Amino acid sequence: MDLSFLAIQALNGLSSASSLFITACGLTLVFGVTRIVNFAHGSLYMIGAYTAATLVPRLLELSFGPATFWAGILASAIIVGLIGVLIEVLLLRRIYGAPELFQLLATFGVVLVVQDLTILIFGPEDILGPRAPGLRAPVEILGRRFPSYELVLIAAGPIVLALVWLLLRKTRFGVLVRAATQDREMIAALGVNQALLFTGTLFLGAFLAGLGGALQIPRVSANAGMDLSIIAEAFVVTVVGGMGSVPGAFLAALIIGELQAFGILIFPKSTLVVVFLLMAVVLAVRPYGFFGRPEVIGGTHAVGISSQKHSPFAPLTILAVVGTLASLPLIGDAYVLKVATEILIFALFAFSLQLLIGVSGVVSFGHAAFFGLGAYGAALAVKWFALPMEAALPAGLFLAAVGALIIGAFVVRLSGIYLAMMTLAAAQIIFAVAFQWVDVTGGDNGIVGVWPSAWASRQVSYYLFTLAVTAVTVLLLMRIINAPFGYSLRAARDSEARAEAIGLKIRQHRWLAFTISGAAAGLAGGIYAFSRGSVDPTLLGIPTSVDALTMLLIGGIQTVTGPLVGAGVLHVLRDQIMPLTSLWRLLLGLSIIAIVLIFPRGLVGTVRTWREEQA
Amino acid sequence: MTKASMTRWLALGLALAFASPSAEAQQAPIKLGELNSYARWAAFTVPYRNGWQMALEEINAKGGVLGRKIEIVSRDDGATTGDATRVADELVNREGVSLLFGSFQSNVGVAMADYANQKKILYIAAEPLTDAVTMAQGNRYTFRIRPSNFMQVGMLVDQAKASGAKRWAIVAPNYEYGQSAAEVFKRLIKERVPGAEIVAEQYPALGKIEAGATVSALEQAKPDGIFNVLFGPDLTQFVREGNTRGLFEGATVLSLLTGEPEWLLPLKDEVPEGWTVTGYPWDEITDPKHKAFIDSYRAKFNDTPRLGSLLGYMVLHMIRDTIERAGSVETDALIKALEDAKFDSVIGPVTMRGLDNQSTMGAWVGKLVLKGPNGGMKDWTYKDGTSFMPTEAEVKAVRKD
Repeated sequence: MDLSFLAIQALNGLSSASSLFITACGLTLVFGVTRIVNFAHGSLYMIGAYTAATLVPRLLELSFGPATFWAGILASAIIVGLIGVLIEVLLLRRIYGAPELFQLLATFGVVLVVQDLTILIFGPEDILGPRAPGLRAPVEILGRRFPSYELVLIAAGPIVLALVWLLLRKTRFGVLVRAATQDREMIAALGVNQALLFTGTLFLGAFLAGLGGALQIPRVSANAGMDLSIIAEAFVVTVVGGMGSVPGAFLAALIIGELQAFGILIFPKSTLVVVFLLMAVVLAVRPYGFFGRPEVIGGTHAVGISSQKHSPFAPLTILAVVGTLASLPLIGDAYVLKVATEILIFALFAFSLQLLIGVSGVVSFGHAAFFGLGAYGAALAVKWFALPMEAALPAGLFLAAVGALIIGAFVVRLSGIYLAMMTLAAAQIIFAVAFQWVDVTGGDNGIVGVWPSAWASRQVSYYLFTLAVTAVTVLLLMRIINAPFGYSLRAARDSEARAEAIGLKIRQHRWLAFTISGAAAGLAGGIYAFSRGSVDPTLLGIPTSVDALTMLLIGGIQTVTGPLVGAGVLHVLRDQIMPLTSLWRLLLGLSIIAIVLIFPRGLVGTVRTWREEQA
Repeated sequence: MTKASMTRWLALGLALAFASPSAEAQQAPIKLGELNSYARWAAFTVPYRNGWQMALEEINAKGGVLGRKIEIVSRDDGATTGDATRVADELVNREGVSLLFGSFQSNVGVAMADYANQKKILYIAAEPLTDAVTMAQGNRYTFRIRPSNFMQVGMLVDQAKASGAKRWAIVAPNYEYGQSAAEVFKRLIKERVPGAEIVAEQYPALGKIEAGATVSALEQAKPDGIFNVLFGPDLTQFVREGNTRGLFEGATVLSLLTGEPEWLLPLKDEVPEGWTVTGYPWDEITDPKHKAFIDSYRAKFNDTPRLGSLLGYMVLHMIRDTIERAGSVETDALIKALEDAKFDSVIGPVTMRGLDNQSTMGAWVGKLVLKGPNGGMKDWTYKDGTSFMPTEAEVKAVRKD
């Protein structure tokens, strides 16, 4: 490994740092002013890349030259900026006051909508843009060839930093943005036109995302997966740098760019893990990143189940529901039972999340981690130790519980948006391990041949088995929720200060809740693995976490039974609608947005409110 | 319109006009389940779907098979193992299909083979290329049409002998297909080219290549031969970066599948000339039967054929012949009709070897060349698969059944 190689590698790192900064800078600006963590930022980046990859070649046909190329890049970024304005006016403006869980979910709804629209508009194939005119030839650096376009990218980062700095320091708009980042209420009280300020910030943020995407086209093809991969990295950058801090984002992007470039030499197969580990370490040492400010912790943003009188008919109702479900095999065919099995599994998964979000007020955005750990634990036990299903399921549960214990130790130290980001990072680390540790987990191939034991291999028996496990676990969790332990969690959720004052050990309680919840999710994951016969890394992905959150949201976060109903409704809809249309994600995204805007109590919550009003 | 296609249209019209309605009312159509990565790998799978749809229309215009029409229920397999088996379950249990065919990625193919074995249903892997589908994970329910990695790599390594390259670098996507191809290459190059050594290996994640870093890591080892398994967007970025940094100058490059139009067209004028590849030189095919297929495909879809088009067309015709010979759609009868069956396909005779359920379909091997605005193949020959298949002893050593 000689000097020139290291120099080239450092330059590679600088160029990816630069691209990353441009995108992350937009995200951090938007967060600073609106306090919304915009999941759709990655989608804007993707639109920027697609727009430029389609627009620039057309422009180059009209007149070939560097001026046309750069004009095309700029035009694409402006188009994306306008789309950002559209998103602000139509959606974000309506949810500035909503709990952050709803904000995250609503912007994730936008991600889903954009994914399908992108494929609809630009087609399913990846598009590689043209090379920049005049920058096709490489330059010689220390006897090695280096693409000259990368040098331009390296320069672009500091240029954007300087321009944003000038904008923030030297213009009235910048003064207002900084003021809003400091104290949003005060700026409203002083009579500043907030609507204009927020819309302007969204334009700037989206413009930067679009620019980041458009600049990529000569080196990376525009593809439908780039939104989630960039958003995960951009989150890391903003969180590590401190949310809302532009210089922080620049520093973090530099570190991450170089870490990736040299990480590839030391750990060639664990580049994804390295990035998220950095974030975990930084958050553990500095809970608000390099330059972030502590958030004001208040009970106002927590949503969750409320205490209510116990109905004397509750045991009868439970018995009736379980009895009905148990007699389903009498009327349903194999396929109906398959769907019913999956609904039960997701119900358990969503219910385990309810213990965190609804009861403890811990907004986890990475619950898929434990579902996936359970599934992988079970599958690995089958693959490596040839254990039967009866032993593999507890193994999965154990792995998930241990994972939750470790991750929980970090998570319970944080709160609010940093907590949500930490859970997301944890899930991404586990995803990366499953994806890149090919020798053990099979990587992309996953693990196949995970079939149930002979006695449970028929659909009827597996359904009844799942029903029994789910019913017992859910009842156990309900018991926990209504026990003093559950009440302590709720007290801590509603007022941390008061709960502490009466002597509750909040962190320990939350830690325990996190572990229990992870273990329950792991159990669901294990059963799921055996029902499918295989596991793959998508089980650990962001969409799986969002599935669980959506089920919670559909059913109603403020109710105990909400997640169970939500799981049923979502899965039946998916089963019926998905084969009919290729626009499933569009529909799902729109429903999530609609629920957040119109129907925030969910199905069970709405029914209950309606009944209470009747009474 | 040529005379041949004129008669074909007439035949189609007549068939439609005189299709006996009473027979149709009595006989429900034969339902076949098809699943593929239509969203993720549209470049290959959409032409593939055009191919089987064309075959489907032809078959049904002639009255279908066993007096019944064929109906295909097609789904997206999500390009992941879990989604694919879930969709397969839906096709089998809800739609009640008689057999399954399709899938693109090798890892999905392996999961489908496992599913077929578990649920005892016939699965015809049209595309997945990993050896595992017919070797280590092979089973009596799984059959493959395309030549396996072992066969295609064998064809390429034969071409490598003359080049004199000894220091080889491998670049392959890090999943079943790439891993399997790299493993076969390592074995064959050492067996067949004395003194060959592997000096560098790079396995970027599928669809997530860091082209700059990958190219400079390969360059570092100064190879005189490069074996490439990348395809799709990874390939495009790798070629662009490699051209810029001069990685391919003076090196012999062997590349799987790069001559297929689905992966060649996106490269546009950056085609790396001189690479030895497997592919599909449809523009230079002269065999009348094959040419007729290409012409009618172009007329029907107003697009040039890809290898996927040919494969989709061939697979459905082979399935039709199998059902006819089996006389029913019972899984056991179908398997019996497939084993050691001979098919008269549009590219000539193809046999389904019963030993490992692998067909003898071959591949076109040649060199890449720039033809006008796009790439194509020159100096190519069609290599029949028969002489490149693994020996009986090799098969028996790894197959578990």
